[in-house]
Amino acid sequence: MMKNDTARFAVERPDFAAIAAWIPKGATVLDLGCGDGSLLRYLKETRGVQGYGVEINDADIVSCIANGVNVIQNDLESGLADFEGNSFDYVMLSQTLQATRHTEPLIQEMLRVGREGIVSFPNFGHWKNRLNILLGNIPVSRELPYQWYDTPNVHLCTLDDFETFCKDHRVAVLERRVMTGKNEVQVLPNLLGSTAVYRFQRGI
Amino acid sequence: MGDNLSATGSIGIVSARRAQFDTPLVFRSGAVLPRYELVYETYGTLNAGKSNAILICHALSGHHHVAGYYADDLKNLGWWNNMVGPGKPIDTDKFFVIGLNNLGGCHGSTGPSSINPETGQPYGSSFPVITVEDWVTSQARLADFLGISQFAAVIGGSLGGMQALQWSLSYPDRVRHVFAIAAAPHLTAQNIAFNDVARNAILTDPDFHGGDYYQHNVVPTRGLRLARMLGHITYLSDNAMADKFGRDLHAGQLNYGYEIEFAIESYLRYQGDKFAAYFDANTYLLMTKALDYFNPAHDSGGDLNPVFARAKASFLVVSFTTDWRFSPQRSREIVRPLLHNRLNVNYAEITSTHGHDSFLMQDPYYLDVMRTYLDRVARECGQ
Repeated sequence: MMKNDTARFAVERPDFAAIAAWIPKGATVLDLGCGDGSLLRYLKETRGVQGYGVEINDADIVSCIANGVNVIQNDLESGLADFEGNSFDYVMLSQTLQATRHTEPLIQEMLRVGREGIVSFPNFGHWKNRLNILLGNIPVSRELPYQWYDTPNVHLCTLDDFETFCKDHRVAVLERRVMTGKNEVQVLPNLLGSTAVYRFQRGI
Repeated sequence: MGDNLSATGSIGIVSARRAQFDTPLVFRSGAVLPRYELVYETYGTLNAGKSNAILICHALSGHHHVAGYYADDLKNLGWWNNMVGPGKPIDTDKFFVIGLNNLGGCHGSTGPSSINPETGQPYGSSFPVITVEDWVTSQARLADFLGISQFAAVIGGSLGGMQALQWSLSYPDRVRHVFAIAAAPHLTAQNIAFNDVARNAILTDPDFHGGDYYQHNVVPTRGLRLARMLGHITYLSDNAMADKFGRDLHAGQLNYGYEIEFAIESYLRYQGDKFAAYFDANTYLLMTKALDYFNPAHDSGGDLNPVFARAKASFLVVSFTTDWRFSPQRSREIVRPLLHNRLNVNYAEITSTHGHDSFLMQDPYYLDVMRTYLDRVARECGQ
């Protein structure tokens, strides 16, 4: 049962596998906006991490508890005051970046609390999104499953945008993986990739 | 009949038991109680491995009657009957649940109103001032008496949550899960101030007689009543009071006098009278002192990080948004040293309108959190 579940996570959320591949066994991780705790559980089962999640949604807190992962109910927008500096190997923000309001300070907080940061987000520069805009509509897709009037996403960006942000904010990108579905994208990632995962640390 | 009761989720008819302890208990204050009794109730069945026991610690005015009712008093429901019972979050079909009346209490355990066998008189003012640590020591002896070497969980709200936390510090190997609900790692100056006003109401009551009012055949009712009225205000939220009473008038009109005019006055006086009719003033004093003294970081300059280094339990910390007595911020002060020490911790902040009293209420999210976490605990102990 548990093995099947783990396999299911990997199939449904290809960014999980990408993230897991970066995380050494036994690392300490903090998962911001951890949702139902699937990623933490996946990392616990596949990498033996010691982890905590932060989530604001009531139903997700219950799911996290059911998933057997540690979760702290808190609003990410109010910062990470409960967490000490350099207290985690990795601080992750999986498919949440685009829905944060105070995105700049949050990235800084991630790098205060963690040795390294990992973010995954839908690439707004994906050709389908561009085509939608060209045709006059806000994109609605697997990665962006919302209508313009009910979307929680307020800070969507493209791969190029995120990398410019990192340069401007002294964030050093260590590794990047770009995917469309399960497939790794090598060519023209900002055009052909639908999801991006970045690993980064404080730059000099 | 038992089946019908099970279907409604009540444990049904319960009865209190009494355990006698003849090993002297040395209090933190240095005082010694040579022998004492604890009154307790149990629900459910202890499994063969004795791994499914849960201890419920009560708050200021609580006691051992946590769930069910008595054969001769069907209306006397346990104080946490909505949480404890068959199929309820603290599921008595899975767990062996123990409720006790703390030492110093007034519901049957040895306390100020009990007769001191050495004098033949009530202990009264001679009953030692008690701390949360002392309670936990006495609770561990009750566990020994019942043959339980490790609790699956120790659960408490408010002052009960402080006892649960203390369990993880006093007996790290004897508790697997700690539930600290609507609790705090210590009282603030404001909390102590409220307690002191409450105590002063009792201490200055002419019927108090230095705590030895039993011999005078009087009870410091006025003081106890005031103390409870004050306490009650701090248990409710401003909004909850506004919703329930607003500026409603008790008799529909203003009388320009000092009798009851507003509904809230009527309510508080009723609560005060009800409480003063059954609760012992000396016990109230003891309970508030235990609250004031609780401070696990007392010897570490206020730093909880080194204190929780010895804890081994997993923690569920729960707070309520409108609780201003022990606000969510206070619960986060509990969470931080747990994170620092890399202990397992889940923290839920329940949006609730009922203030501090929320921990006794029927909130779907709160009950879901409790049930889901306890399902995990049950699986761990093979239930």
